Amino acid sequence: MKRNPHLTQKIAFFLLLMATLLIVVPVGLIVVIIIQKGLPAINWQFLTDIPRQGMRAGGIFPAIVGTAYLVGGAIIFALPIGLLAAIYLSEYSKENVLSRIIKLAIINLSGVPSVVYGLFGLALFVVFFKFGASILSGALTLGIMILPIIITSSREALESVPDSFREVSLSLGASKWQTIRHIVLPNAVPGILTGTILGLGRAAGETAPILFTVAAFYLPQLPGSIFDQVMALPYHLYVLSTQVPNVDEKTRYGTALVLLLLVLLMNLVAIIIRSKLRKNKKW
Amino acid sequence: MVKFSIKDLNIWFGSAQALKNVSLDIQAHEILSVIGPSNSGKTTFLRTLNQLNALNTHLKMKGAVLFEDKDILKIDVELLRRKVGMVFALPLPLPLSIFDNVAYGIKMQGVKDKKQLAPRVEEALKEGHIWDEVKDRLSESAFKLSGGQQQRLCIARTLAVKPDVVLFDEPCSGLDPISTARVEETMLKLKEKYTIVLVTNNVKQAARISDDTGFMLLGELVEFGKTKDIFTAPRDKRTEDYITGRYG
Repeated sequence: MKRNPHLTQKIAFFLLLMATLLIVVPVGLIVVIIIQKGLPAINWQFLTDIPRQGMRAGGIFPAIVGTAYLVGGAIIFALPIGLLAAIYLSEYSKENVLSRIIKLAIINLSGVPSVVYGLFGLALFVVFFKFGASILSGALTLGIMILPIIITSSREALESVPDSFREVSLSLGASKWQTIRHIVLPNAVPGILTGTILGLGRAAGETAPILFTVAAFYLPQLPGSIFDQVMALPYHLYVLSTQVPNVDEKTRYGTALVLLLLVLLMNLVAIIIRSKLRKNKKW
Repeated sequence: MVKFSIKDLNIWFGSAQALKNVSLDIQAHEILSVIGPSNSGKTTFLRTLNQLNALNTHLKMKGAVLFEDKDILKIDVELLRRKVGMVFALPLPLPLSIFDNVAYGIKMQGVKDKKQLAPRVEEALKEGHIWDEVKDRLSESAFKLSGGQQQRLCIARTLAVKPDVVLFDEPCSGLDPISTARVEETMLKLKEKYTIVLVTNNVKQAARISDDTGFMLLGELVEFGKTKDIFTAPRDKRTEDYITGRYG
């Protein structure tokens, strides 16, 4: 039988479309359900008040602040170190067995389960460095967890800058560092930001690492220093859903919605910065 | 005066030999053109002169290259590249404005003051014969220019650093005949101030503008001499075959 190329093409298109829908539909459903069930809970008090009546009433402000601190701390720690490592790996290290092993190891590290990072953070920061269960321990643990993501995506962004730009810059008498600073880095910023966004989202959402190192079950006050414990949204959500009886469904979904919006907001900021930079980009 | 003196230069990339025993002198204020088919080592030869080859980690080099009687390996590489500028085969503007493209090399030497930069940028753009076309749009992206304009901008950018020698790596390979003519005209003018080494696939171009010509084949400098002599009475059969179009 002769194959009809048009029919084959139609079937292929159909399969591709189905695969895409298969991804979009569940994600869309999750978002819709969370908004539907959580939106009624969102009001000014919910966002700015401390939890009351055993977390059944009041708000989730301490958890929002806690998550913001943790994510901010993780980025402050991971972005500079990750970027410097990426610059070294992409621009300075020679292509050999050792550098290839290092790159492979970093990629694999991003697949390590977060609970393992939690255990590591507990042993290193909480116990060994005696930071205790604190914002510092939690932020550092989250920072280590997102380092591989930031390194890998930054390295790819740096390597995607065409070599010809480097050669032109060098041929004009610029040093290697000047070339990196003025030509390579500015053109890699969008890619680096993408990695940072991924890292942000992951740091904001993970429960296991903060469970080991920082998260408080119930702490209706704001932290005074980086050595204090804090509540955090993902853990608070877990507590509300499984540890506290008789919590309103809308409170749980409201908390989830706030977490979602917080990550979305951070992404939005990064996306806006990125598109601004892209507009300046002249190629 | 001899600008560059190359003695028994051999270059390998890994196990592949790219240059074999190349020896020649480059006189000041001349246009030297190097012709030959692709893969003959012309570009490798050119990139040796400003040490861009050194970026390749598999490079192995034997022999001597003297720039103004000094071994280029003993000259600070950034200083060498300021003295020996390069224009690449394809127009390669940096992703910056027209002004910043030309100012880039000067800025990298530490000049930051716009009042000092502006006259030097203007001077370079005039030397590159593109000032009239871009003087009203200096803050626009260099990518908005046409291919021929971009290439002249790249020439201006190289000249802004005030080099002694300018290396042209097939500068017209991506240009139409009119743009090519303008670039050639520019090169002839530049000869008064600079020494020019031109690598070209275009045999006629070499005949039109160069003083000396070298013919390379498979990493060997087959023949080297006055352009006039090479094109009227080549000594080597292979040179004759190539310039009359009977080769490869």
